[in-house]
Amino acid sequence: MSAGLNTGLNTGTGPGTGTGHRRPAVGQYAGDRRPTWPYPRATLGTAVAGAVSVPFLVPPYPLHQVTLVLVYVVALLGLDLVAGHGGQISLGHGAFFGIGAYTAAILLSAGAPYPLTLPAAGLVAYGLGHAFGRPAVRLSGVYLAVVTFAVAVAVPPLIRRLAPGGAMGLPVRTPDAPFFTGLDDDQWVYLLVLAVAAAAFTLMRAVVRSNRGRALVALRADAGAAELLGMRPAAIRAHAFAWSAMYAGVAGCLFTWTTGFVAPESFTVTLSITLLAGIVIGGLGTVSGAVIGAVVVTFLPAPGLVSGLALILVLAVAPNGVTGLVRRAPAFIRRDRS
Amino acid sequence: MRRLALVALSVALSLVSACRLISAEVVLSSPAECAGQRADGITPEKVLVGGVYPLSGPASAYAAVAQGVSAYFAWANARGGVAGRQVEFLVRDDGYQPARAVEEARRLVDSDRVFALFQTLGTPSTAAVRAYANQRGVPQLFVASGASEWGEAAYPWTIGFQPTYAAEARVYARHLLQTRPHATVAVLYQNDDFGHELLTAFEDAVAGTDVRVVARRGYEVMDADVQAQMASLAESGAGVFLNVGTPKFAAQALAADAAMTEWNPLHLLNGVANTPSLIAALGPSALRGVLTTNFYKDPATWETDPAVRTVVSAVRRHVPDADPLSSQVMFGWTSAAAFAAALERMECPSREGLMAAARDLRDVELGTLLPGITVSTGPGDPYPVEDLRVFRFGDSGWEAV
Repeated sequence: MSAGLNTGLNTGTGPGTGTGHRRPAVGQYAGDRRPTWPYPRATLGTAVAGAVSVPFLVPPYPLHQVTLVLVYVVALLGLDLVAGHGGQISLGHGAFFGIGAYTAAILLSAGAPYPLTLPAAGLVAYGLGHAFGRPAVRLSGVYLAVVTFAVAVAVPPLIRRLAPGGAMGLPVRTPDAPFFTGLDDDQWVYLLVLAVAAAAFTLMRAVVRSNRGRALVALRADAGAAELLGMRPAAIRAHAFAWSAMYAGVAGCLFTWTTGFVAPESFTVTLSITLLAGIVIGGLGTVSGAVIGAVVVTFLPAPGLVSGLALILVLAVAPNGVTGLVRRAPAFIRRDRS
Repeated sequence: MRRLALVALSVALSLVSACRLISAEVVLSSPAECAGQRADGITPEKVLVGGVYPLSGPASAYAAVAQGVSAYFAWANARGGVAGRQVEFLVRDDGYQPARAVEEARRLVDSDRVFALFQTLGTPSTAAVRAYANQRGVPQLFVASGASEWGEAAYPWTIGFQPTYAAEARVYARHLLQTRPHATVAVLYQNDDFGHELLTAFEDAVAGTDVRVVARRGYEVMDADVQAQMASLAESGAGVFLNVGTPKFAAQALAADAAMTEWNPLHLLNGVANTPSLIAALGPSALRGVLTTNFYKDPATWETDPAVRTVVSAVRRHVPDADPLSSQVMFGWTSAAAFAAALERMECPSREGLMAAARDLRDVELGTLLPGITVSTGPGDPYPVEDLRVFRFGDSGWEAV
């Protein structure tokens, strides 16, 4: 029962728990990396070709929405490091997203070239992620959620008081397409965001497969055992949180490039909750979970009855999100045939 | 893998050469003087127009403006349209949040392909949409906000409508200097460009006179109420209270003022707060003696006026949900009539043509404007309506002073 309702969030449930020595079925726990799909390379190639051709096929407004999906993919890849691989809850990623967005907007309105805003937004969010994450992750379990929730609540009023534009928000210019490409501005922004998202994805793969990434997953599975093996929970989790905040900041910068307008009410605690709901619905610990989650975040109606019910429904039917559901599908089909 | 990458690359390159399968914009080729101008969303039979209003949220009292605009276009369409074109009017909700206003404006322009944005409501939302509208070259006409900045030459695609808040502040200052030359004034203001402009213009207008601002308190749109601000303003004991709020907060301030029996200042209510919902919520006794300004006919006061009767019957027929005696409905109707006047005066049926017409309206008379007030723009004059009259709330409604 407990395995059936496992959301992967801070429950300590994972491979080897709850089911004795049997390996749990594919798609039963977050971060399961066993392959189920037989054509990964062909799929990747098709996805790349599709993603590159989108700006030339769809009209401006849907293109804008697809660009936003990619922006949220970057944010959710980062959030997944904490929530999916680390098994902790962060309610502060909307705030780091906003901090990145405002860093980019303030630099742009001061006349900085737009390529500069991306590393700046990432660094600012990374620094703040360290500052808040280091004390917070020393406390265990739900305390990270509480501290990050406080950040999410505090940031919009601070922006309103301190940032240029205040409650009115700050319109900024968006990146112009270089003349030689012959592209429209929105196509250029899409391709920029796509490039950053691809780089973010590649980097995240490397991070998750690194020693620290494996240590993070080990900590989620069994913190005591991991510590006995010489891993330092606080340092590893703090680093993961800071990386994750950096991803949110970079995504915020991309958001500014895409919309050309930032305002404090875009980055309230609602955004943090929506991001968390998105990654849970999409599926924790997987890339496709981040993509599905980003689609959910972009198209989910404003938080309320519909989105709340959607979240409950997904958790009841597919505790590991849409991705977990899809990963279980081949096993079901095989069982039917035999 | 390498072969796949090559395929992807060649697909991408072939698409770059095609650039965009779906062409973005309609461009006029004839007549010669209009060639090259952009004409999305307009045909000889039809014109598509989009507006963004706070249908929900803290300023939802202004939703009635959208009803007034809808009523005008429905009425005009039933009479053959505006210059032969049926006007299709799309209304979107921004909840008085600038970020949502930008999203909705983008959706109207890029997805619904409207000809022009008529109108955006509120200073924050209008300022936010302005950057986008001017980047895309889409007319943002007769916005429902009185900030002076809509006249800035740096944004040629945006134009205001109502008298500026600065002009309104000067009217209050002039009235006080004539009637109470030694007044002390307490000000409650919304902490954004709207509140700051009215407050600053008022302080400038009374600078060097015996009228002094002795207390001022700001509030945020996200605040729950203004009780704390009112208590602190009452301590000043000022003889005049200038209420610079949007309807919800202005009503709270009026209620607080009526409840405080030990402080009874002359209450100046800024024009945008004067909504029927405010009057209905407070009742006439809380409003007696309050002063405000206006530039169009209040339907309750001008009930027998023929132009007002046309409006009331048209609203009853076309937008039955709306309150035909609402001054916000009348504001929407009046600004829509001005928009129709600009549409009729277009020389080229294009976005450029519409802006040229809106910037060259010579003393256009509209039946619902107060007598002697006209819509007038020209080179060097980007402010369509500039006159205001002062009104006092009598026993049951507004009376001219």
